[in-house]
Amino acid sequence: MSEFDRLLSVLFSRTGPVAAVALVLVLSLCPCAAIAQEADGPVVSDIIVPIAPPTALHVEDTPSDRGSSITLTWELSSDEETGRVLIYRVYRSADADTGFVQVGRVAVGSSTYRDGGATDGEPAFYRVTASDGEAESAFAAAGPIVSSPQWFNATRANAMVGTIVFVFAIVFFVRAAKGGKELFIRRLAGLDEIDNAVGRATEMGKPILFISGLSGISDVATIAAINILGEVAKKTAEYNTRLIVPNADPIVMAVEQEVVKEAYAKVGRPDAYNEDDVFYLTRSQFAYVAGVNGIMVRQRPATILYMGMFYAESLVLAETGASVGSIQIAGTDAVTQLPFFITSCDYTLIGEELYAASAYLSREPVLLGGLKGQDMFKFVVGVVLLIAVVSATLAALGVTASDPITPLLATG
Amino acid sequence: MRRQLPLTLCFIAGVFMAVQYFIPHWRVQDVYDRFLTWLQIIFAFAFLLGTVSLVKVHYHKIRNRAADRGFSWVVLAGLGSMIGLGFFAPGHNDPGSPFDMMFQNVQVPIEATMFSLLAFYIASAAFRAFRARTLEATLLLIAACIVMLGRVPIGDLISERIPEATRWILTVPNLAAKRGIMIGVGLGMMATALKIVLGIERAWMGGGD
Repeated sequence: MSEFDRLLSVLFSRTGPVAAVALVLVLSLCPCAAIAQEADGPVVSDIIVPIAPPTALHVEDTPSDRGSSITLTWELSSDEETGRVLIYRVYRSADADTGFVQVGRVAVGSSTYRDGGATDGEPAFYRVTASDGEAESAFAAAGPIVSSPQWFNATRANAMVGTIVFVFAIVFFVRAAKGGKELFIRRLAGLDEIDNAVGRATEMGKPILFISGLSGISDVATIAAINILGEVAKKTAEYNTRLIVPNADPIVMAVEQEVVKEAYAKVGRPDAYNEDDVFYLTRSQFAYVAGVNGIMVRQRPATILYMGMFYAESLVLAETGASVGSIQIAGTDAVTQLPFFITSCDYTLIGEELYAASAYLSREPVLLGGLKGQDMFKFVVGVVLLIAVVSATLAALGVTASDPITPLLATG
Repeated sequence: MRRQLPLTLCFIAGVFMAVQYFIPHWRVQDVYDRFLTWLQIIFAFAFLLGTVSLVKVHYHKIRNRAADRGFSWVVLAGLGSMIGLGFFAPGHNDPGSPFDMMFQNVQVPIEATMFSLLAFYIASAAFRAFRARTLEATLLLIAACIVMLGRVPIGDLISERIPEATRWILTVPNLAAKRGIMIGVGLGMMATALKIVLGIERAWMGGGD
């Protein structure tokens, strides 16, 4: 008999029931001890709490677009405040329950996404989840939604109204000018001086240098410069003065060659036209400057005309021209370069005066009518701006509840 | 026909470009994108025009033994060498190729040198322009001094009001003038473009009716 058997026989023989109860009590406490030990094990930090999902997901066909675009908006996850959310993932599917593929993601704090990969005419379903980079929240779902292209951009309706009013203003004054009405245009000193400048060059026996800017033919300022070149070329043809036109754009060069050639033919001096005087230099900005400066220093023109779009090279050109003693007339719509031309040149056409030059020099009634129409529309713009400023100011001061005018002027 | 065809093309293209701004539909935008691609192709061919013009002008100067024909030799030599390196040298115009080395070590430093002249020209222009001959010139001089001082640390050392005055000058009267000019420029551009599209302005075709 083993020691354990002897113990059991003693317990059950001498103590009997008491011993049995004691044994049962001891044994029954052990599971409790085990359970108590387990109850001490898991702490709050070990419990995984899911990330709060975004809510109120709303999908709509993106308005005023070319199609294939759906715009999603949602309410941010409440876990953004705890810093658990890093990104929102956007999923799309053609089915409400399956087949979702991630189409994009946005950073924390963003509550909108534009999906540009939808198929027009086909319904799409969307889900958005919040994620910390690894775990994802439950999704917010919306759909079906169908994307489609629009034929009119409603965000630009105000621009269309303005354009129509502008066209009517131009057409009205052009018709008035054609009808013989006298239209007053204020004096532009820079343009009046072109005649004197050409005369000066003729007397000195020196050439005129015409620089039409560094922009291409698609820039309206370049076209305005070409219009002026035509008038200047007529004068130089009449006075038999050499006209040098270096270009930074080959297409502009081709157009200017035709313009100058036509101008010389018009005044009956086609033989005086020299194609080599209207030439291409280079497209590189400062290489062009170096080339033109070289022409200025070697040829020492009596008159230099800067007309068109200019950039950082404007002051280098104008100062070199001033150093060789030329009379300089500039005209540009580049607001940042105007101060340089104003300080270095004798006369400067500021902004829209460059565009008025063609009408001013030719004095054609139709062109003058267009100029008056432009001025009339500028007056309308001024009145609208004044109303908008008053409206915004009253709203800012609290006199009115809101500003109804400024939102009408915003364009997409 | 010689005049009518370009005027008609200009009208059609101009109206389309204006209308496409208000129509976002892909059918219209695809045509617009195609227009832009065509423009790039035309520009690429235009470079050929420019190169031919450049070579012709300088060839004539050399042939006629013009006084400054030395510069023409330099231009033609540079043009020829870069074309040769770009087409025939190993690596063509890849980084590290002879073409790229010439561009990075010759053209770029020369252009930077020309740009750096701007600083000296600003000084010379300021010396000539900032003189108190008239009321406007005096105002320009005072404003320029305040703005220049306010943009460097010494202005703040002299007085904290100088940078404040600089900010006010740049953000109130200067910005107001800029905006006024830009509104006028915008309207001028629209009017000129409209006159070209409608055929009222025809000087760009070579003058005449």
